[in-house]
Amino acid sequence: MRAPSSLLPLVLDGVVFEAGSRRIVDGISLMLERGPRTIVLGPNGAGKSVLLRLCHGLLRPTAGRIEWNAPELPGAPRRQAMVFQRPVLLRRSARRNVTYALNLAGVRGEECEECATEALRKVGLDALGERYARTLSGGEQQRLALARVWALRPEILFLDEPTASLDPGAAHEVENVIAAMHAAGTKIVMVTHNLGQAHRLGDEVLFLHQGRLVERTPAGQFFKRPASNEAAKFLEGELPW
Amino acid sequence: MVSARRMFIALLLSLVALGASAQERFITVASTTSTEQSGLFGYLLPIFEKKTGIEVRVVALGTGQALDLARRGDADVVFVHAKAAEEKFLAEGEGVKRYPVMYNDFVLIGPKSDPAKVAGGDNVTWALTKIQAAQAPFVSRGDRSGTHMAELDLWKASGIDLDKAKGAWYRDVGQGMGPALNTASSMNAYILSDRGTWLAFKNRGDLEIAVQGDKRLFNQYGVMLVNPDKHPSVKKDLGQTFIDWLVSPEGQQAIAGYKIGGEQLFYPNADQAGA
Amino acid sequence: MNDIVDAAARAVGLVTALDPTLVQIVGLSLRVSIAAVILGCSIGLPFGSAIAVNEFRGKHALVVVLNGLMGLPSVVVGLVVYLLLSRAGPLGSWGILFTPTAMVIAQTILIAPTLAALSQQLVADAWGEYREQLRSLGETKLGAAATLLWDLRFSLVTIVLAGFGRAASEVGAVMIVGGNIDGVTRVMTTAIALETSKGDLPLALALGFILLSVVLALNAGAFVAKESARRRYG
Repeated sequence: MRAPSSLLPLVLDGVVFEAGSRRIVDGISLMLERGPRTIVLGPNGAGKSVLLRLCHGLLRPTAGRIEWNAPELPGAPRRQAMVFQRPVLLRRSARRNVTYALNLAGVRGEECEECATEALRKVGLDALGERYARTLSGGEQQRLALARVWALRPEILFLDEPTASLDPGAAHEVENVIAAMHAAGTKIVMVTHNLGQAHRLGDEVLFLHQGRLVERTPAGQFFKRPASNEAAKFLEGELPW
Repeated sequence: MVSARRMFIALLLSLVALGASAQERFITVASTTSTEQSGLFGYLLPIFEKKTGIEVRVVALGTGQALDLARRGDADVVFVHAKAAEEKFLAEGEGVKRYPVMYNDFVLIGPKSDPAKVAGGDNVTWALTKIQAAQAPFVSRGDRSGTHMAELDLWKASGIDLDKAKGAWYRDVGQGMGPALNTASSMNAYILSDRGTWLAFKNRGDLEIAVQGDKRLFNQYGVMLVNPDKHPSVKKDLGQTFIDWLVSPEGQQAIAGYKIGGEQLFYPNADQAGA
Repeated sequence: MNDIVDAAARAVGLVTALDPTLVQIVGLSLRVSIAAVILGCSIGLPFGSAIAVNEFRGKHALVVVLNGLMGLPSVVVGLVVYLLLSRAGPLGSWGILFTPTAMVIAQTILIAPTLAALSQQLVADAWGEYREQLRSLGETKLGAAATLLWDLRFSLVTIVLAGFGRAASEVGAVMIVGGNIDGVTRVMTTAIALETSKGDLPLALALGFILLSVVLALNAGAFVAKESARRRYG
């Protein structure tokens, strides 16, 4: 059986997003390819979260083009996924949250249960599978959200500040899961305000300012010597928005 | 979803249980609230049902409504007390034949304080004239019932044009006998009632019988089978069985046997010509 | 005050004696109203949830109409259903006028808008929280409506109880389509109306107390079930 063509690369061409009279994304063009972990940085209001949602398809651009290499077919299981700052879990057990997502992808029965068990194990929640999801701690819930998407083996995973609400210990555990997913072949695109995290997890940085892509630089270099003035000011904490 | 399936099954079962409780051997009789509230049916129908196994379901409404119900084919038999309306019903071809069954009488009820000074009499038109002259509070059922129609006839017989004479004293409540009596009781008003409902009525307040015994207070009951030619759904055999029983010696005796506080309410007269 | 105390005493007497007529009437009342709630929920809840998760022209108007229908007078519903089920009406051949089935139909029509309107509001309020995540996972609109109904089940219990309360307490609809036939379609509310119009106010009030107690008991049971489940599920 031939595997479907890869979703990536994703091409954005002159993408604009307006809400009311405000231009939140102001003409961004870029290409996302397999491989490097992409971190999106920028001050508040730069358009990072909106950019993620545009790529993921939760928002439609006001102008411009967003094109996947082999677009997802409507009704087919999703090959991209997203994790939000606060995980939205259903009022059921942790395991049932994962099997819910698997069912949506058409995986049922024995295979579904096995995938769920595997996913929970990979994020370290195998002992908590029968606990009700909403009674888990913040870090455990976020790991459950990751297990839920990992079970579907997405080609690309968008993350919108996944550890912003977590204490350092929980954040660290979540970072480990993200790293593991990347090692298993998922493209990571993550928005974060945590510069240390960006440095730890990133291969390249997309720096946004006022809705424009100001700079795209490999991570190591970005933190040592960014190419743009705005990025430099941002890293010094002098560029609030 | 399992829960949806379970809900659906529960729903079906409950509806089936409701439907299953309906047996086929029954007739629907449209009658009046006053007859029902007198308790006659509670006494009479079990006797008939035991004898024939036919369940009689009484829908109690005002006479006008009862006849309208039959006109729509929603009843098999009508059992009301308004001869003129019943004969009109027959003339329209809605009924097969009218059988007189029994009579009771109306009584004029009034407050013990008797503002119109009519208590103890046996002349109802004289009493009504005095009530109107005194503008004493009077409650009318106003619901096209047999009682209401009888009341209107009596005003006419008293020579009073209600449309002109109506005022704040005449209270048209548009209700059945019981609720109208409740209203009269709380207003200390005069009211025309059938004796059966009055005897069974428990909320008398300061009311008592003011006028009775006048021949014009005579209240005749008739029963008719709804015309099956016009309404094919009518259960004509079962319905006719009920009618035949009502006018039979056994049925007539049963009617006479119904008493409240030792007092007989209804007087069988199926054999009375022209009733 | 004396009347009320008398009535309360009378109510206790009737209940402890397990008066067979009373038992039959209470049983029928419960069967009719519960059947109406089940039917009403299977129509109203999915409808309300589906409206909440979709955007379409006329959505606001539809929600306004739905909310307005919560105020449907029961006697109007009874009248309309009577005209439909009457032998002279379009569905006369079904022959279900003056049966408990007709009463269930009337009460279902009465409470379905309330169930739909309230569930619409509940789901709409939660939709903001769930929308992005469910879409991200590839859930369809229809699937989302169903998923949300189940996820919000604890709050829905109150809505269902509201529907039951309206059904169990109404008299206008069941009186007209049922006919208050002794032993066949007489329920608590129509029995109370009958005893009131006969002037037997203490008995009517006693029946009223009994009806209230039954409804309260049901509500208490639902509350206990909901809370114990909620504490477990979180």
